[in-house]
Amino acid sequence: MKGLLVFTALFVAVFGKETFQGEPTDLSTPVDIRVPNIHLQTVKAFLEAEDIQYYIMIEDLQVMLDEEQEQMLKAARTAAPRTTDDFDYSNYHTIDQIYAFQDMLVAENPSLVSKVVIGQSYERRPLTVLKFSTGGTNKPGIWIDTGIHSREWVTQASGTWFAKKIVTDYGRDTALTSILNKMDIFLEVMTNPDGFAYTQTSNRMWRKTRKPNPGSSCVGTDPNRNWDAGFGGPGASSSPCSETYRGPSAHSESEVKSIVDFVTSHGKLKSFVSIHSYSQMLLYPYGYTKTPCKDQNELHNLAKKAITDLASLYGTSYRYGSIINTIYQASGGTIDWTYNQGIKYSYTFELRDTGRYGFILPANQIIPTARETWLALMAIMKHTSDNTM
Amino acid sequence: METGELNPNYYPARRAAAVVQHYLNTRYGSPYRWMFLGNVHNASSEDVTEGRKYQLELTIQEMISNVSGPCSAELLFPGAGTPQVQASCDWLLPNNTRAQEEAFYQQHRDSHNLVSGDRIPDSYGHMEPTMKPFWHLGGVASSFIMLEQSNQSTLYNMAQVANFTQLETEKDQLRFQYHVLLHEMVSQEIIHWKMLITWSPAEGVKVLQTDLQPKCNCEDPPDSIN
Repeated sequence: MKGLLVFTALFVAVFGKETFQGEPTDLSTPVDIRVPNIHLQTVKAFLEAEDIQYYIMIEDLQVMLDEEQEQMLKAARTAAPRTTDDFDYSNYHTIDQIYAFQDMLVAENPSLVSKVVIGQSYERRPLTVLKFSTGGTNKPGIWIDTGIHSREWVTQASGTWFAKKIVTDYGRDTALTSILNKMDIFLEVMTNPDGFAYTQTSNRMWRKTRKPNPGSSCVGTDPNRNWDAGFGGPGASSSPCSETYRGPSAHSESEVKSIVDFVTSHGKLKSFVSIHSYSQMLLYPYGYTKTPCKDQNELHNLAKKAITDLASLYGTSYRYGSIINTIYQASGGTIDWTYNQGIKYSYTFELRDTGRYGFILPANQIIPTARETWLALMAIMKHTSDNTM
Repeated sequence: METGELNPNYYPARRAAAVVQHYLNTRYGSPYRWMFLGNVHNASSEDVTEGRKYQLELTIQEMISNVSGPCSAELLFPGAGTPQVQASCDWLLPNNTRAQEEAFYQQHRDSHNLVSGDRIPDSYGHMEPTMKPFWHLGGVASSFIMLEQSNQSTLYNMAQVANFTQLETEKDQLRFQYHVLLHEMVSQEIIHWKMLITWSPAEGVKVLQTDLQPKCNCEDPPDSIN
């Protein structure tokens, strides 16, 4: 008891109360103290003389603070890349970083890439599409979107990688160059930016849009149940609180309507690929009905080729088939609508993994995922191009 | 519903096989042994008086050792209630993880330094190495709930350990309170459960209490206290 009282008195007298972590409580509870360097020897001597047990948790706090400072500076440096070569594809990024990336890519490749704003999200964020074009008018096109479900972070991350891959490979890779000479590629990386922002600020597991639902406390519509294909049928929910809420009406969400308008006014898209995670699947229409789509054989065979190419890189195994057979019945889905508009090569991907990490895929899997998926995309784009006048 | 041979790549066989995965975790899982479904090779199903019966040949992957092997299973989805599973995976013998489990058990058995953690993995898929066994344990324990909740219209995975807190060791069992997020694929819902679990190398994982949390439509669950 005496030791504790003396100990407390000494410290209060010499250093002031702030040096303690917490108040002294009782004899058996340890106390943490921070000791300025000049007093170190005095303190040690005192503790030993009074037979008070101690052990050193941190040798030198300054070293720790210096290291932390270094980390923060490093983070600050890497947070603002000056070129798309500096951009860290092996990490997840914020909305602002991805918007900035898109602008940089356009600025660095003005003759190949332009930015098309197709609309605004509910919270008025720009819905931006990167157009990769070697010029000309009225060319047929290929569409790729990522991030329509905001929690599927590997998809937006892969989208940025695909964008860079296209500009890197144009003029170097025969197959891609040939595709781009014939067709334009449209890539929407953040298809649901409001949802994406929400996954970063509030709820990592948010899937839907962020538009409120009148008369309900529940927010958001599932943008992959909001398309006018089998809308209102089984395979979507009529409850605003549900993750698969179809929305008040088809195309009610601006994130969906803007793509509908784009597709309709473009009029010459030949392939439409919508990218999700997770499950490792490549899917073709339909989701809303068991009736096979009329191009089922061709789409099935192309899917098989695509996933074989995908697997060639790391052995990642994908299943494939129509949506309704392979995963579940889903109505109001994107590629059911695009297929019904006459865009034959309509596919949905479900990227890595199969449930171990699920939506929260470690960042070190972004690039491998993007790389293997690219092979499948190339198979689809090549076949599309070969089969387009 | 299809009867007879099923396409092993389509969802009916896959959903049934996932139930087998959860069953195996409840039987064999530990902080160093966590099973996942690989491929389904063969599947068939038929209606029986008690419900719907499936026969499956599948590959199961043990995630930590990265060993895979074949299993055959028979499973019954009754009209209501927990699926009944019988499975044999001869290669899943509880031997190779003994040392790691024992070391982990000894390390945490003494209640002086009770562990806790939250957001495992974090938003970026990252976790501290020391948290990994607790992630595995959360996944295995979640399989008890996922097994019980499964039917022919569900497919469950654990999405994240929201938080866990170690409680005082009792009767030689490590004890934990877990809050987990389960992802149900068909509804796409994230379902919050709290559970009280115990584990020891001798007794395996046991789930003493489970508590479904109300759906919140709000922000991430609060961090654990520590």
